[in-house]
Amino acid sequence: MKIGVPKEIHPGEKRVATTPEAAEQIIKLGFTVCIESGAGAKADISDEAYQKAGVEIVPDAKTLWSSADIVMKVRAPEQNTELGVHEIDLLPQDGRLISFIWPAQNEELMSKLAAKGATVLAMDSVPRISRAQKLDALSSMANIAGYRAIVEAAQHFGRFFTGQITAAGKIPPAKVMVIGAGVAGLAAIGAAKSMGAIVRAFDTRPEVKEQIESMDAEFLMLDFKEEGSGTGGYAKVMSKEFIEAEMALFAKQALEIDIIVTTALIPGKPAPKLITADMVKSMKPGSVVVDLAAEQGGNCELTEKNQVVVKHGVTLIGYTDLPSRLANQSSQLYATNLRHLLTDLTPEKNGIVNVNMEDEVIRGTTVIKEGKITWPPPPPTLSVAPAAKAETKAAATQEPEKPKSALMQFLPMILGCAALLAVGSVAPTAFMSHFTVFVLACFVGYQVIWNVSASLHTPLMSVTNAISGIIVIGALVQISSPTQTVMVLAGLGILLASINIAGGFLVTRRMLEMFRK
Amino acid sequence: MSQSLVTMSYIVATILFILSLSGLSNQETARRGNYYGMIGMTIAILATIFSGAVTSYGILIGALAIGGSIGLFAAKRVEMTQMPELVAIMHSLVGMAAVLVGYANFLDPSTGLTGVEKTIHEIEIYLGILIGAVTFSGSVIAFGKLSEKISGKPMLLPARHWLNLGLLIGAVVLGGMFLSQTENGGGLTPLVIMTVIALLFGIHMVMAIGGADMPVVVSMLNSYSGWAASATGFMLNNDLLIVTGALVGSSGAILSYIMCRAMNRHFLSVIAGGFGTASGGEAAVVEGEVQPIGAEETAQLLLSSKNIMIIPGYGMAVAQAQHTVNEITKFLRDKGKKVGFGIHPVAGRMPGHMNVLLAEAKVPYDIVYEMEEINEDWDEVDVSIVIGANDIVNPSALDDPNSPIAGMPVLECWKGDTTIVMKRSMASGYAGVGNPLFVKDNTRMLFGDAKKMLEEVLKALKG
Repeated sequence: MKIGVPKEIHPGEKRVATTPEAAEQIIKLGFTVCIESGAGAKADISDEAYQKAGVEIVPDAKTLWSSADIVMKVRAPEQNTELGVHEIDLLPQDGRLISFIWPAQNEELMSKLAAKGATVLAMDSVPRISRAQKLDALSSMANIAGYRAIVEAAQHFGRFFTGQITAAGKIPPAKVMVIGAGVAGLAAIGAAKSMGAIVRAFDTRPEVKEQIESMDAEFLMLDFKEEGSGTGGYAKVMSKEFIEAEMALFAKQALEIDIIVTTALIPGKPAPKLITADMVKSMKPGSVVVDLAAEQGGNCELTEKNQVVVKHGVTLIGYTDLPSRLANQSSQLYATNLRHLLTDLTPEKNGIVNVNMEDEVIRGTTVIKEGKITWPPPPPTLSVAPAAKAETKAAATQEPEKPKSALMQFLPMILGCAALLAVGSVAPTAFMSHFTVFVLACFVGYQVIWNVSASLHTPLMSVTNAISGIIVIGALVQISSPTQTVMVLAGLGILLASINIAGGFLVTRRMLEMFRK
Repeated sequence: MSQSLVTMSYIVATILFILSLSGLSNQETARRGNYYGMIGMTIAILATIFSGAVTSYGILIGALAIGGSIGLFAAKRVEMTQMPELVAIMHSLVGMAAVLVGYANFLDPSTGLTGVEKTIHEIEIYLGILIGAVTFSGSVIAFGKLSEKISGKPMLLPARHWLNLGLLIGAVVLGGMFLSQTENGGGLTPLVIMTVIALLFGIHMVMAIGGADMPVVVSMLNSYSGWAASATGFMLNNDLLIVTGALVGSSGAILSYIMCRAMNRHFLSVIAGGFGTASGGEAAVVEGEVQPIGAEETAQLLLSSKNIMIIPGYGMAVAQAQHTVNEITKFLRDKGKKVGFGIHPVAGRMPGHMNVLLAEAKVPYDIVYEMEEINEDWDEVDVSIVIGANDIVNPSALDDPNSPIAGMPVLECWKGDTTIVMKRSMASGYAGVGNPLFVKDNTRMLFGDAKKMLEEVLKALKG
């Protein structure tokens, strides 16, 4: 099948849906790949680079859309002002499209696509289960957005992030507060931390405390008991009391914090307003607020979408295209996500996609199948996996041993006694005294060795090996035999056994010397 | 030296040997235990030399000196990674010595026993040579397998159990012939044939055992060498030999048992050979995609984690990577991270192999943990590094009842946050079993020679 990648037409969009590296892998899956000329230019990828990877360059969008079996994009289809035609109209009847769609916000788009009989996979609808992580484009993009948020903040912040003591005076480190420790929040924490800032972070989900602390940031504890985890790893709307407590905390932090990064989003809802105008007013002049929720209305009351504004001396950054501002990086990650999706779609690696609705990941991602809207998918079944695992584990453990019958328990003992008595009935007394010694020695050996610590197994073995060289005694007592052959045999025996004795003890000593606390 | 004095010396030697073994069961007393063993051995040898039974000192001292210096030389030179081979080859020496002593005793005309005593004596000779020969050839094969001169794969002949049974019956029949012929002063022929059969049996037995079972084999041969010494003691009416042999024999047997328990296998099924042939169904095929990682990223991951667990396996021994591992450990510990080592009882090719290697690299032994100590705590581990181990971290042992290693306790490192598996390639482990750990979501594969990759990781850590 032929995969087509058009140039993105959204104003300011610099990303591209595939890179030469990803395209190479996709071709290995049996597809042919073509790309609109100049599609990668804004992400610093030239047509030549694509060509080298075996990608066909198509001069214009119309040819590309009409010739491709599958179209891969970044942004959802929209009006192409240059050609004066909507991208959906370019999509052939029964075509296939993979891109961000946002089906909840774009009902009209969905119905238009359905009318075309198209099959549409939405990269924003990839279920949040661990198997699907490698194609989770939202996470990839959030990661970039979080990083870029700090870079933008640094750009507008008039001071260092890191603290320094110089000849010209002491520089205090910047204080950064990150609200919402999802992928973007954690990426922002990491970036701010690595620039030397003091980072504090807040999240309504208590389980992320550990993640925040693992990034070396401080978790802002809210003394309030309410579980904030919703399904699929997202946060849910909190109670009024909780929000009040939370706002009080932010208001207090705002007094000393230099940079606030907000990433609080609740799926399908407008972003919660967490930073009020009063809080902005209370911040030190020159402070920066980066609002990653600007697309959904912003976490800060004063944010203006796609704008950088200065209000009350505080810079408010409301960019919604942060991933696009790191176009090369985000194209790379997005292209890899798409490649993983294609790998899942073509299990046979024959270049023919199989939209297998039995597969949980593909089911969730597919929002329209052959003209039928299949969105929203059934909720992800997170709890199933561990339960099933426990079950198989139980099956794997062996069945409890049946209690042995009294006869079975005593039979070996009885047999052993019988054998001993049988030997005793014929053996001479001299043998019996040796035998007594032998049996007792076996028991001593058993008692002595039973508690040996595992780390000493090797030294123990080499020392017993040396001790078993005691067989030299047997050879020694025979060496003085008048018979020549016996003497030679015994001499050889001494030789071999003494290698053992010397070698065994010495190597044990060498080993034990190494065991030091 | 009077006979009583000799006997008394033997008793002292015996006690010293027991103290030696009991000393070896604990880190604090281990060194002392080894010295007890040396003193015991010296007393035993000196008492025997001066007992009056010995007159030809020239050949005796010559043999002792040559053998002793070979032993010293070998012990000085051996690499710690080669310990399993050394121990195996040493066992073969004991086996050979037992065979030689047995033949010498048989050929010695001066015993002068009659009746039942003579018969028992002949049986003792016969058994002594039998066990000695099995120990010898088995150890030689084990040595070959451990030093990779012979393939580690189990060699399974079609009717191997019948073959073993045939050899056993042959040995018994030959024993009968031997006894009846010795009545008339003969018997050398059946004895030689039996020796050949015993040698074949030893070869066949160890050939059929897979490389992953080598720890069991090594400790089992250790046990055999003890029994051989004990049988020789019976033959020579020497209590010191009997006791010492029995001590070694039972300690080896217990070690084998401990090893078997660690692998959740029956002792008999290990000895009978053929890894996993007993299980019925097909083992599940491992499917999925491995996620490779580079040395730099590994270093980053280590730096950002707090609790690190290292799981060494045979690959670390092969690559001689223990010193690099120690340097990384030291570096990370200096950074305030918690670093531990998780040792599976059968990691490596002989019991306690990994402990010796880590000790050689001067890893403090109080951060080296046994499987039971840590298997509950994987949730708290941020990163675990598996160095050249495979079967001992295979989750299918727990959740795939058809896996050849089903039921074997394993280090459950996948329960930690991230597992980094260092491997040379995607080949399966010694047991020839696929490993679903490699395709788990939280597993990253670091391909390459363990030592080289660890050095790169160390460089990245420091850089």
